[in-house]
Amino acid sequence: MIEDLVEAEGLVKRFGDFTAVDSIDFTVGRGEAFGFLGPNGAGKSSTMKMIGTVSPATSGTLRVLGMDPASQGRQIRSRLGVVPQDNSLDMELTVEENLMIYGRYFDLSRREVRARIADLLEFAQLTDRRTSKVEPLSGGMKRRLTIARGLINRPELILLDEPTTGLDPQARHVLWDRLYRLKREGATLIITTHYMDEAEQLCDRLVIMDNGRIVGEGSPRELIDRHTSGEVLELRLEEPVGALSGIGDHTEELADRVLVASRDAESALAEVHARGINPAMSLIRRATLEDVFLTLTGRTLVD
Amino acid sequence: MTGRLRVVESHARRYRHTWRSSVFTGFVNPAFLLAAMGLGLGSLVDANNGAGAFSYLAFLAPGLLAATAMQTAAGESSYPVMAGIKWIKSYEAALATPIGIRDLLGGQQIWSMIRVAQVVAAFALVEVLFGALSVRQAALATIPALMTGVAFSPAIAWFTIRLENDSGLAGLFRFGIIPLFLFSGTFFPISQLPEQMQPLAVLTPLWHGVEWARDWALGSPPLWPWQWHATALAAFAVACFWGAHRALVRRMIL
Ligand SMILES: Nc1ncnc2c1ncn2[C@@H]1O[C@H](COP(=O)(O)OP(=O)(O)OP(=O)(O)O)[C@@H](O)[C@H]1O
Ligand SMILES: [Mg+2]
Repeated sequence: MIEDLVEAEGLVKRFGDFTAVDSIDFTVGRGEAFGFLGPNGAGKSSTMKMIGTVSPATSGTLRVLGMDPASQGRQIRSRLGVVPQDNSLDMELTVEENLMIYGRYFDLSRREVRARIADLLEFAQLTDRRTSKVEPLSGGMKRRLTIARGLINRPELILLDEPTTGLDPQARHVLWDRLYRLKREGATLIITTHYMDEAEQLCDRLVIMDNGRIVGEGSPRELIDRHTSGEVLELRLEEPVGALSGIGDHTEELADRVLVASRDAESALAEVHARGINPAMSLIRRATLEDVFLTLTGRTLVD
Repeated sequence: MTGRLRVVESHARRYRHTWRSSVFTGFVNPAFLLAAMGLGLGSLVDANNGAGAFSYLAFLAPGLLAATAMQTAAGESSYPVMAGIKWIKSYEAALATPIGIRDLLGGQQIWSMIRVAQVVAAFALVEVLFGALSVRQAALATIPALMTGVAFSPAIAWFTIRLENDSGLAGLFRFGIIPLFLFSGTFFPISQLPEQMQPLAVLTPLWHGVEWARDWALGSPPLWPWQWHATALAAFAVACFWGAHRALVRRMIL
């Protein structure tokens, strides 16, 4: 049994002369929850589509489940669960019909699909919506249905392209809860997101992507330890940033606030006060993947 | 092949939601057309002995089957294909599964032919009830009509797949399907068209379907042997399926 379900080396995707994915390397191990964290246009979906074998790589090597996407796409797809960025559900059909059509594409018998639908609707908390049309369902319900659909073939590897984008906080938590359950049951997940909290919550290991390149790799903890000072002091100031020079390890000026990276933000704030600076707002927090992204790219993740 | 059948099945599942209205129009449309053109207009034509050895209703009936097959194929391979690619994105969803482009297109085409067969059968039945054709004549005319559907369905799919959005489809019907319906020999022989237009009519698959259907149903002395019509329609179908397949690969595999 192979241990790395996905192996990519020098993977490139070009559209005309635009390079969407610019020579990336990564591997995804069995049982891992692996993330691609990056802003809009980073190349996350392009990468997912190559893994899903629906988009051919321009160059580089890619193995999925030990097979070659170019020649064994069908075999690979039969063992993959895909949750695309836009749900591509059939709004005119019922919840059940959407699952039935999809299940039949995997050449499962009707009886088998029907049995799986019952379990999956339970899992997606949609049992009482079995016969209702998809159209009127809430965004969170549609997303859960799309995830249920992606699980109908009992995939070994599940690709989730921005599973919670556009959902309200409560719907996101319901979804995360479902994804944890998949993780606990030993599924291998690949998740793209531009939410650092999602990446921190769900991913064992992740790569940070920007402009088609991978700029950092590791577990959320490792990335935070490696690329930040551990704590952050956020300030809103009247004074120019220069007034803070020497405080903390590093300062970053954003549109509406200044971030001071520091091992000990408490004493950094004391030093600010000692210099007679009175910030309109001050806040001490632990460093997050957001700060990692800022360090690595000089930009914020979500703007 | 199973992939293709799964796609056919998905179309059938969608059809379950609309079949009632489609069955209704399947019988009402032919009845109206035959009443207005066959009986109404026909009485005028027949008074002048216009259709020769046959009643105008009988002259009209076989060709109308072919023309109906064309319209049904055009309906099935235009908006639904655009919807699959662009609106519902059901093609994208299917391609994430073991289903491939060839299954998607092949299945859609088979489904289109099932619909054509349904509509043509209903139309033929109405023609028999109107006394336009005998059961045997109607059954014979059905085969060329189905072949007309086989020819048009991939052609329309090809055209649709290449369109960026659906605005081109209105034009397809206005400037393609409706003129073909009117001028391809269904309502009057193309010998009535202006001299320069006649070779153009011969190039359209519908004319072949209409001529062949009339030949088989009425035994009217054919301009061409039916095998030529059959070959022309089959060749057109194969070429268009090939083109549609290529276009769909280009459209879906980015
Ligand atoms: N079919 C295409 N043709 C041309 N350019 C494309 C195509 N698909 C994607 N791109 C471009 O490639 C880049 C990466 O797109 P991609 O969808 O992979 O980004 P993403 O990280 O998924 O972003 P998002 O968060 O917006 O989903 C973008 O600049 C996009 O415009
Ligand atoms: Mg994306």
